Amino acid sequence: MKIKQLSVFLENKKGRLYEVLNTLAQANINIRALSIADTSDFGILRMIVNNPEEAKRVLDEAGFTAKITNVIGVAVKDRPGGLAEILKILYEKDINVEYVYAFVEKSGEEALVVIRTNNLDKTIDLLKEAGVKLLDSKTLENL
Amino acid sequence: METRFFNPKIEKLSPSELRVLQFKKLKTVLRRVYQKVPFYREKLKEAGINLSKIKTLSDLKELPFTTKEDLFVDYPFGLLAEPLEKVVRLHTSSGTTGKPKAIFFSKKDIWAQAELIARALVMTGSTSQDILQNSMTYGLFTGALVMHYGAELLGMLVIPAGPGNTERQIELMRTFGTTCVHMTPSYALYVATVIQGKGLKPGVDIKLKRAYLGAEPYSEETRRKIEEMLKVDVYNCYGLSEMGGPGVAFECQFKKGLHLWEDAFIAEIIDPKTGMPVKPGEVGELVLTTLNRTAMPLIRYRTRDLTYAFEEPCPCGRTHIKIARIIGRADDMFIVRGVNIFPQQIEAVLMGIKGVAQNYQIILEGLDEMIVKVEIDRDFFDGRIERLLKLRDEITEKLKAVIQVRPKVELVEPGTLPVSEGKAKRVIDRRTL
Ligand SMILES: [Zn+2]
Repeated sequence: MKIKQLSVFLENKKGRLYEVLNTLAQANINIRALSIADTSDFGILRMIVNNPEEAKRVLDEAGFTAKITNVIGVAVKDRPGGLAEILKILYEKDINVEYVYAFVEKSGEEALVVIRTNNLDKTIDLLKEAGVKLLDSKTLENL
Repeated sequence: METRFFNPKIEKLSPSELRVLQFKKLKTVLRRVYQKVPFYREKLKEAGINLSKIKTLSDLKELPFTTKEDLFVDYPFGLLAEPLEKVVRLHTSSGTTGKPKAIFFSKKDIWAQAELIARALVMTGSTSQDILQNSMTYGLFTGALVMHYGAELLGMLVIPAGPGNTERQIELMRTFGTTCVHMTPSYALYVATVIQGKGLKPGVDIKLKRAYLGAEPYSEETRRKIEEMLKVDVYNCYGLSEMGGPGVAFECQFKKGLHLWEDAFIAEIIDPKTGMPVKPGEVGELVLTTLNRTAMPLIRYRTRDLTYAFEEPCPCGRTHIKIARIIGRADDMFIVRGVNIFPQQIEAVLMGIKGVAQNYQIILEGLDEMIVKVEIDRDFFDGRIERLLKLRDEITEKLKAVIQVRPKVELVEPGTLPVSEGKAKRVIDRRTL
């Protein structure tokens, strides 16, 4: 139930983010979710896209430093405390959440969220047990 | 390996005897250049030097330096301390601009330098039974001929192969059972690759024992690689045509620093900016005074090569000082917060860190701030920010430990910095001091 995330190393240089997004747009890649982790002089752009392999290929070709990593996608009830409930489950079981970010679009009653933890397999088991709806790559393609 | 000597008396001379010998020779050299070389007579007079006031070796530092530019003042014969009829050989060395440096040898100079080479060859375990394939360029360049004479003096069989034609090089090695080669490190790597490609087994098909590599800088890593590929011991040799070519300093069997023959040269290590001696063990520019050369003696010659001296005595028993492999050119030095820094020091640190790609750039800006931009290795990036932050901290700390200044390290994308080509692009100075 893991989904593929594309990470791109970005140095702090004017227009660099635009160049990545433009390269993807030229290749007809759709971005479903996006987040930027920033330090003072570099950042990491994280994206869920409709075709991660193809996206990585075009970025590599354009000279970017990109990597595909696994994350978990969950559907959270779109009401106050929805995400907090999920994080509580993980926190109680000593799972370390590295980062969380939300999808650009959402469908219906649910907010879609990307989660990365230090133990993806255990996270999946725990969330399944708790009845949380996990997203698979199929669902993502049809978004 | 048992330790043998070509000239045990001189090579094991006690340090105090060595100083006495150096001083005696220095007095002679100074007297000769004063009498026979108008250029030096003028230079010494201008500096207000009275030769009778030179009472100890340390008075040497009162004398003016000789620079590369000085070699062109009375070009080409002006620095001769012997009549032309006593000169038997010319070597030249290409400068960065215009005319080549012209270096002259008397008969005595040729054999004196040959002895330095012979000592070095014995120092690494070679004997008259060895076969040396000399794959340096014969001709105006000192590299091949000076080594050739030294190897013959020792009694080795010398194959004057010259560089290139790798097929023939390998054929010569196989037919005549070459045991030693003398070549550049980059060519050695190439030859090793071709030997491997042919499926030849070093140690079986090719019986090399030693490779004498010089004429261009190379790292410990390259040494290990060549040693591994060719199953040889690689020895670093240092020389420059102004000082008679190869043989000025050479590694012994312990491969930790190069013995510089102090009966032939006085070595000083100075701060290239101030001209003052550096503290013991510190990196600086090597300055050499020739003690044996008769045709073209040079006083306090600025080599522009950066190195440092080892303090501790060498287990091989030789008393002559050891210098580190050349770490770079004095012209590349810059100063941050009062500390002399060389790009090569930074390069050496970066090369030893996993996750770092080849290129880096040093930017000096503001009030003495130093930024080091480092390309990350594409394969190192795994999407985690912690890993990059850790890498940045590791680079910062390791640089601080070596250069004594804490730089700001910036990680940049691979392939975005200019490819290494000299100082111009490596160090960008935008300081507003
Ligand atoms: Zn030694």
